[in-house]
Amino acid sequence: MSASEFFNMGGYAVFVWSSYGTALVLLGWTFISPIFSKKSIIKELKIKYRQQERQQQENTE
Amino acid sequence: MKLPAIVHKFSSPKNFYIMSGKMIPWFVWSFLLSLIFGLYYGFFVAPTDYQQGESYRIMFIHVPAAWMSMFIYIVMATSGAVGLIWRIKTADLMASVSAPIGAAFTLLALITGSLWGKPMWGTYWVWDARLTSELILLFLYLGFIALQASIEDPRNAARAGAVLAIVGIVNIPIIHYSVEWWSTLHQGATVTKIDKPSIHIDMLIPLLVMAVSFKLYYASSVLMRARGEILRREQNTRWVKEIVENERQ
Repeated sequence: MSASEFFNMGGYAVFVWSSYGTALVLLGWTFISPIFSKKSIIKELKIKYRQQERQQQENTE
Repeated sequence: MKLPAIVHKFSSPKNFYIMSGKMIPWFVWSFLLSLIFGLYYGFFVAPTDYQQGESYRIMFIHVPAAWMSMFIYIVMATSGAVGLIWRIKTADLMASVSAPIGAAFTLLALITGSLWGKPMWGTYWVWDARLTSELILLFLYLGFIALQASIEDPRNAARAGAVLAIVGIVNIPIIHYSVEWWSTLHQGATVTKIDKPSIHIDMLIPLLVMAVSFKLYYASSVLMRARGEILRREQNTRWVKEIVENERQ
């Protein structure tokens, strides 16, 4: 089987490859998005904790 | 019924965060290995179908995705029920973070199904029982996500979501038996039949490997989501504060 035969998928190339492409996009995004959201949560919390510390210091002064 | 104290201790958010962090690499690597093996077998070892030609190779994505769409729903409804009955925070959490992954698999099953239906049936879509009940499953997932997002208090959100998920579970047997109960274009079950599966062994192997691979994908993905969400929900605890402050940016 040659490469072009393989990619042709017996004439069903459009249907087969768009199925696998959809899987890559959907599952890829679902997999990667929590990495970004965890990073942004950590960033948010760092700012929040710093503000809390500053407020505590002001209160004690 | 009361659960033993050890269950509560073991399922505490802190313990869950630590344990899942250790488990994720194992799940990710076994997912990737099984994915490579499954795709290789599916494209290069599995023979051409005598009726459907090469188009049937969509099955290696479509069928495991459809199985996952139902499996994740059952996980979601079960953990929702556990959270509702025993008030286990991590059970509520597992229900919430499973929903987007389940929705992704449901959408994938619908899209690949329609891409397979066009060359084989001559149409992208028919309003028959199998396709319609799977579409309802997608709406159940989206309804669950929207409902939880609309309730500010996490306990109330978990409770409302769990009730919706439990009621919606009636749709799962409907999806499964739809091809037997109603006349449809969709083919019947070939793998989960009581007698021998009516599928060539070299097609069955990659199908099952892909099914395992998708399960491992779900395990890695759901734990990654859960960890981020734990930090958000437990942000007022000392241990989360320590973890966040030790994290490099």
